[in-house]
Amino acid sequence: MEKREYTIVAETGVHARPATILVQTASKFNSDVNLSYNGKSVNLKSIMGVMSLGVGKNADVTITAEGDDEQDAIKAIDETMHKEGLAD
Amino acid sequence: MDVLNGLAASGGYAITRAYLLGSVHFVVTKHHSNDQNHEVKRLHDSFAITRDEIKNLQQQAHRNLGRQAAMVMDIEVDIMADSEFYSEIEQLVTLSHFTAEWAVAQQTQHYQELFKKMNNNDYLRQRATAVTEVRQRLLSHLLGQPLPDATKLDHPAVIIAHAITPNDMVNFNDYVKGLVTDNGGPTSHFAIMSQQLRIPTVVGTKSGTKQIKNGDLVIVDGVHGKVIIAPDRKTVDHYQRLAGQYAQEMQRYGALREKRTVSKDGHHFIVAANIAMPDEATPSLEDGAEGIGLLRTEFLYMHSANLPDEDQQFQSYKQVLTAMPDQQVVMRTLDIGGDKRLGTLRLPSETNPFLGFRAIRVGLKNPQLLRTQIRAMLRASAYGRLAVMFPLVATLNEFEAARSILDEEKRALTRQGVKVADDIQVGMMVEVPSAVTMADQLAREADFFSIGSNDLIQYMFAADRGNQRVGYLYKGMHPAILRSIKRTIDAAHAEGKWVGLCGELAAKDLAIPLLVAMGLDEFSMTSSKVTRVRSLIKQLEKRQLQPLLHQALAAPDAETVCKLVQAQVPALHDLQ
Repeated sequence: MEKREYTIVAETGVHARPATILVQTASKFNSDVNLSYNGKSVNLKSIMGVMSLGVGKNADVTITAEGDDEQDAIKAIDETMHKEGLAD
Repeated sequence: MDVLNGLAASGGYAITRAYLLGSVHFVVTKHHSNDQNHEVKRLHDSFAITRDEIKNLQQQAHRNLGRQAAMVMDIEVDIMADSEFYSEIEQLVTLSHFTAEWAVAQQTQHYQELFKKMNNNDYLRQRATAVTEVRQRLLSHLLGQPLPDATKLDHPAVIIAHAITPNDMVNFNDYVKGLVTDNGGPTSHFAIMSQQLRIPTVVGTKSGTKQIKNGDLVIVDGVHGKVIIAPDRKTVDHYQRLAGQYAQEMQRYGALREKRTVSKDGHHFIVAANIAMPDEATPSLEDGAEGIGLLRTEFLYMHSANLPDEDQQFQSYKQVLTAMPDQQVVMRTLDIGGDKRLGTLRLPSETNPFLGFRAIRVGLKNPQLLRTQIRAMLRASAYGRLAVMFPLVATLNEFEAARSILDEEKRALTRQGVKVADDIQVGMMVEVPSAVTMADQLAREADFFSIGSNDLIQYMFAADRGNQRVGYLYKGMHPAILRSIKRTIDAAHAEGKWVGLCGELAAKDLAIPLLVAMGLDEFSMTSSKVTRVRSLIKQLEKRQLQPLLHQALAAPDAETVCKLVQAQVPALHDLQ
């Protein structure tokens, strides 16, 4: 299992636009990808799941990927996190 | 005659009849069904139809309004593709034996309420809107009741609605002459679209749908944010004159104004895109970028261990310049070394790569690399407005050495009869603290500066942005960074040179008012953020922001700066 931790720096947290890009990125991979925040964990391929976490600025989140392409998945998600300005 | 006050969201005047775009409230009652297979099929079909509808709308939006407008609908496409969301609803049918419409109504309501409860920011509006959009479409199919539809409009009208979604905008035809909403702000997605379509728009009237009746004569004053209901003859005459003048003015300055980002008090800013591949140039124009503020040239060796030869590089640079017929393109020479490796060039492994042999340091030590790249750029310069900049310049000597290589190559090419533009600007990145300190001297030699805020922040605080334990130091809003940026801008302006900023700070909501106050000339960022930044800058007044800038520069830390900006810039609050 691959795991990364982030502190959200975007002023607006994980709002609609970055959320859709994260979901689209995660959906490209076979691995199970999860986003955990505040004791709750959701499927990062589910837009409703991601949005219902209500991840705001300064939130500490964990992203895990498990499956045959877990390394590629976490790498792509990591790039998206930075490119979309979600995490430093 | 009544006057409704709202906010001006898209300029111009419309004088015509009102058309109320009602919102339908579907009444769904709780029912069980014995035929679950039938209900699952109905549910499945309604999802399939809605999915197609939304995809078609998105394609239409892309065709009519461009990529940015279409992207707004990604969230609905994603909701329809969310298999967990679908199975939650399906389970309500299969396990609780509910009808498909009750299951849809229940589950969408669950999310609407959940999103409403999150009062952490304004963005819940967007999420709630997307869920509502999907819910309405699904229920409309399941109940066989059509949604209100402005596509059937067959006479000129002003649309009056509680709220307007981007999807509505796509459906509007040419008879739509003006828009008035109860809700929303000037930076709502639909408002940005109405600016593109030049439809006079007033938002946030609160009671428009209650006070205006279908068929009422209304005047939409999109310049001052007013709606006049049932105006008298004199008022109509007055506004007809204003509308005529406005149309003339638009014709005269229209093209110019459309292309420029001007603050409320008349200062002109450039909002450009950072791109990493030649074929990102055209999409960034579609996103509203007014040029390329940074072309990273590392793509050259992304797929191969060796650099492409001069001709291949020339083709890539030419592609970008051709795509940008009137806009400036700033190309950065290779920023290799550090954490970025190049196969054949044996760079030693270093203990401290970010303080080591990288960027212009590599270029000056291996001039053949730099010369090949510069020659390719110079040859491409005949196809557009080229500016070249060198990364990580720390001293005047480095800049002069790099510049003289460029000058030599330029003379050589001209001698060979190759056409090279004679107005190529040669500048440098300001990302090393020594360059900030010596900015006054560097500004005499360089044609422009481009502040690389990401690296500047880590070098200023001696803190690796990737290292979580020192991440607390990496603060772009810290007065230490703001003072450095101001010092750089002041030094350049004193020599009549311009300054861009191509780090993440350029697209950061809270930083933009301060950068506008400092007079930063060019903001460069990921192209998806361009429209948002342009619309924010258009709402700011440089002069009015000066006291805020002084307070920010005198603040003790980044948190204080953020609070000051938040409190003093109301335009930030209705950004979407």
